[in-house]
Amino acid sequence: MDEAHDRAAAHDHVDIDRHVRAALFVFLALLVLTGFTVAAWTLHLPTRSAITLALLIAVVKGSLVAGWFMHLVSERRLIYWVLALTAAFFVPLLLIPVLTSSSALHR
Amino acid sequence: MDIPYTVAARPDTGLNNGKIAIWLFLASEVMLFGALFASYVMLRVGAPEWPAGATYLNVPLATLNTVVLISSSVTMVLAWASLVKRNFSRFRLFLGITILCGLVFLVIKYFEYSAKFHHGYLPATNTFLAIYFTLTGLHGLHVIGGMAVNSWLWGPGSAMWRTDPAHFTNRVENAGLFWHLVDLVWIFLFPVLYLL
Repeated sequence: MDEAHDRAAAHDHVDIDRHVRAALFVFLALLVLTGFTVAAWTLHLPTRSAITLALLIAVVKGSLVAGWFMHLVSERRLIYWVLALTAAFFVPLLLIPVLTSSSALHR
Repeated sequence: MDIPYTVAARPDTGLNNGKIAIWLFLASEVMLFGALFASYVMLRVGAPEWPAGATYLNVPLATLNTVVLISSSVTMVLAWASLVKRNFSRFRLFLGITILCGLVFLVIKYFEYSAKFHHGYLPATNTFLAIYFTLTGLHGLHVIGGMAVNSWLWGPGSAMWRTDPAHFTNRVENAGLFWHLVDLVWIFLFPVLYLL
């Protein structure tokens, strides 16, 4: 029993060490991507390109935080359903003003 | 009477109650900030002209704050990982650094806000500043809330480590999930308000 417990604890340690290494890698990636965001801003790109690029980098950074810091890469199915339901409301919420303005422009 | 499934996973969901509760709460937070982001888009596309964020805001300070918040997220992960590895002193060290990073973030924000007020830039000045103060103010309140919970877990709340370490580790993990959401929101606020 004790041996089995020790083996399980050792397995947990290996898993958590791997998790910590991944978190440190994500941390470095987030710093580099923050640098990219600011560097892109200094290029003074046209507004549409600037918005696309900045949001693209932000989405990558956000995915890294959600995936590894918040453990979403290895979460239970129920959590994914909760998030899918949230996205089902969140995406239209953001699209409504964009689509409204687009139709206003073509009037 | 003990509350069930604070540590053990429920047989139907495979999750403990705290984990489900925190994710439902985070979902409501996503909708809260989502509504404000949608308001921002609506105001921006409807405005005849929109100032570049850097006209009013301090990009270097905001970049520094981004680095501070990202750093606090990784120390939060390290604090939780220390508990899983049964190392309480390292947990306190990393959670202490996380709280300190939150404090540094707020101090930098204080200097930013002070400079705006000094120049007469108030929420009533124009629509851009109104949405800037609303979004960053609400985010700042979340930082304060996260710091309050983390401080409790660092201090008096940590007594649970001696009596129920698994439950305490879950509490730290859930507090961490909230803290990472605060980081996540800032990751979008930074380019949207300061750089575009």
